[in-house]
Order: sequence, then C-alpha cells, then structure tokens
Amino acid sequence: MGLETVLFYVFGALAIVTSLMVVGQRNPVHSVLLLIASFGALAGLYVLLDAPFTAVTQIIVYAGAIMVLFLFVVMLLNVGREDAAEYDRSHPFNRPLERRAGTALVIALVVELAWAVWHVSVRQEGALRDVAPGSVASVAEIGRVLYRDYAFAFEATSVLILVAMVGAIILARPRPQSH
Amino acid sequence: MDPVLIAQVALIVVIFHALLLSAAGMVWAERKVAARLQQRFGPVYTGPYGLLQPFADVFKLFFKEELKPSAADAALFYLAPVISAAAAFAAFCVIPVGPPTDFFGLLPHPIPLAVADVNVAVLVIFAITSMGIYGIVLAGWSSNSKYSLLGGLRSSAQMISYELSYGLALAAVLVMANTFSLQEIVKQQAGYWHLFGVPIAPRWFVFPQILGFTVYMIAGIAETNRAPFDFPEAEQELVAGYHTEYSSMSFALFFLAEYVNMVTVSAVATNLFLGGWHLQPLPEWLGFFWFAIKASAILFFYLWLRWTMPRFRYDQLMAFGWKVLLPLAVLNVLATAAGVIYFGS
Repeated sequence: MGLETVLFYVFGALAIVTSLMVVGQRNPVHSVLLLIASFGALAGLYVLLDAPFTAVTQIIVYAGAIMVLFLFVVMLLNVGREDAAEYDRSHPFNRPLERRAGTALVIALVVELAWAVWHVSVRQEGALRDVAPGSVASVAEIGRVLYRDYAFAFEATSVLILVAMVGAIILARPRPQSH
Repeated sequence: MDPVLIAQVALIVVIFHALLLSAAGMVWAERKVAARLQQRFGPVYTGPYGLLQPFADVFKLFFKEELKPSAADAALFYLAPVISAAAAFAAFCVIPVGPPTDFFGLLPHPIPLAVADVNVAVLVIFAITSMGIYGIVLAGWSSNSKYSLLGGLRSSAQMISYELSYGLALAAVLVMANTFSLQEIVKQQAGYWHLFGVPIAPRWFVFPQILGFTVYMIAGIAETNRAPFDFPEAEQELVAGYHTEYSSMSFALFFLAEYVNMVTVSAVATNLFLGGWHLQPLPEWLGFFWFAIKASAILFFYLWLRWTMPRFRYDQLMAFGWKVLLPLAVLNVLATAAGVIYFGS
C-alpha cells in the first residue's frame, strides 16, 4: 500500500468516526468541534484527490466561517447538555403525515445514492470520468465550469439553501398554542 | 544526503525559531515603545536596554503553577491554547521571507525561502488563521467563567465581521496579480510603475491598492485582537477576557500566539502590498533584509497605534465593520476588477 492509500483510509476513517460522534454527543459544543474535525478530514481527502483549492475552500467556508457561527450560536444561547426530550405530539416531526413524507424522502435519497455509486464506481460512467486529473486544481477551470457549464445547478443549489433557511426559521418559530 | 533536503529541514528549524524570537522581540518592543510614548523608560535592568526582559518573563511563567477552574471542561481547557499557538505558527509556513536562493552555490538549484511553496498560499493563510479563532472561543467557553465566555463571544462576533473585509482586501490583490501564489505575487512587484514612460514608484501593489491596503490593515488589527479593537480582552470590562482563567505556560501560549499572529499579518501585508523582498533599486539577493525591514515597519505601526488610540465602543466596532469597512472592501474589489478588464492588467 502506498502512502496515498494509507492516508486515504486514515482520513476516511476519521471523517466517518467523527461524523458518527457528532450525532452521539450530548454536549452541543463537543458536537460542533467533532464536526469541524470531520470537515478537516474531508479537506484531507480533497488534497489526496489533487484538489488543493477545494480543500482550502472547505476549510475556509465550512470549518472556518460556518462552524464559528454554529459555535457562536451554541455559546450565545448557552445550550446545556441535551437530555432525552419528552414525546411532543405537536412537533412537526411527529405528525403522521410528515413522518410518512419524511420516510419516503429518506428511502428516495438512499436509492438515489446507491444508484449514483453503482453507475460511477461499478459501471465507470458519468461526468466524473471525463474530468482530466489535475484540472480541478485550477481555480480558473473551476470558475469556468461552475459559472458556465453548471450555472443552472449552481443557482438551483442557492435556492435550495434559501429553502433550508426558511425551513429552519419555520421550525424554530414559536408555535401558536392549540386549544 | 541530498543537500536540498538538508536545506529545507534547516529552513523549517530556522523559521520556527525566528518566529519565536520575533515574538520575544515584539514583547520587548511593545514595552519599550509603550514606555517611551508615556514618558517612561520601560525595562532597563535585565540585560542591555532590558533586552533580556521577555526571556525573564518566560522563565517566570515556566515556574508558575498551572491552575484550572474546577468546573472547567478539562480537555478543551488545555486544548484551546495549543490550537491558538499551533494555528499562529502554521499560518507562517507558506510565507516566503526572501527571494529563491541556492545559498551562494551550496545547492544545485535555488529553493524558495518558504517552508512550503504552495500554489494556493494566500488561501492557506486565510484558512489557517480562521482556525486560530477556535482557540479563543474554546478558551472562553471551557473556562466556565462569565468574563471568559463574554470575551470568547465577543471575539467570535468580531472575527466573523472582520474576516469578510480581510478576505475581500486580499481578493483585490489576487485579481490584480491573477494568481494565488505568494511567490508569484511578489515576483510581479519587481520593477517600477510608469507614468508617461517615466518610472515614478516601485511596482508595489500598495499604490494602486491604497484602499485595499487600508482595509487590510484595519481588518488585520481587528483579526489579531489588537487595540483599538481589543474587545476580547477589554480589561476594564472583562478582567482579561478569554484568558482570565489561564496561568503559567497555557497563558504564555496565548500570549505567544497573539504576537506571532501580528508578525504573520505584517509579513502577508509586506508580500501582498509592499513588494515583499523587492526594495528597488537595492540588490535583490539581500531580499531577506528588505523583507524584514518592511515587516518591522508595519509591526511598529501596530505598537504605535495601540498606545495612541483608545478602544472603540462595541456597537461602534460592529457598525464600522459592517457599514463602512465591508462596503469599502466590496467597492475596492469591483473597482479593481473593472480596472483589470479595462487596462488588461
């Protein structure tokens, strides 16, 4: 095994273990820190894929800016240890219709992921193969691909993020008391 | 053994210790400058001109007791100063401190005078310095003390606000230079700016980027938590801010990180705006000295500012960052981009 293979397994294992620990933690600050470690491991994987620009962007945007904001909010609200919450019938996650819709979406996501992995890795299809190695390293190339070839996907992603923001506000909004 | 490899390893050792020494030098300079600005002498007894004072301080800290609040989160409490210091030192590793050299013919080919010659150097510095904030934030949180927590919260709010302007000030230079590599950016600053065919000034980016340089310096001071933006450790309100509960070497690490960060910001400013190792028309092979002189001038400016300006008020800091500095930085990037398109860089 070459050094790159060893490093791949080290970073991959680190990313998986820390991601699992993020969910398993009771202390929100520890969760945030483990998420940062997970992002760092992902950045290491990007470096191994010859994409230093993506790696550095990952650190700046996710591990740097976004997680500082997370940590800031967790500290500002002074969130304590999470204990098992009581079953709340009125919470959106616990209504029957929403539960079924959520389950369907999760199944769809798993199927899509399996399909993508099958086509890309087993049948060697798709766009990944067409990209010459090393070309993703060039910032100019990334800019060209992002703003010209995939402009629609790029804009659609930003709409998706907007939807997530709106969703977060709706979930966090105090619900009117039902009689 | 490969002489290039030996030179690289030696370079790592030398730059690391030079940084340590520069932090000690900065502590001494800070005390001397502060004293002179206040009609005092400053340290005079330890060594000639009190030069050994920072070493005496470190030895004192070595022998102090390491205290920890009983309700502190032990792991994070001890991790925080290490993150701070490690990020401060790591950021310097991609900064070239002189022209590529073969050490007077000792090496078969010239090597760059930087620990790591990365082609996205500017972004690496930006990424690593943004990691350093976790040291401060975690110190504030894990101490389980109200002063520390407020200091940590303030510093994260301040750094989020000023990081944007800092990054945009860098972006304007990157647009002009059309590269992410610090080596390349410095190389492009050789020669002179011409007006009607007459050389009028060294070809440093500070002249076309005077607004960018101003924004960079202000945001850099805020990023390193120096006066007049030293809210994370505003003594009158927060005792010592995020490091209130720290003692002994843990405290020394925060102290070290602060000064190394200042050196890094100055070195980056020198490379991006002040022509790095070029000091036209003086010879380029003495580049390290020109680099050191320029960086020291910026560092002196830092000290001068600290002992001249009173601290801002907190709402003023936020209003200034978001309503003045950020629009100016955006405007500067847009103007630079337009200029590059119009003049063809």
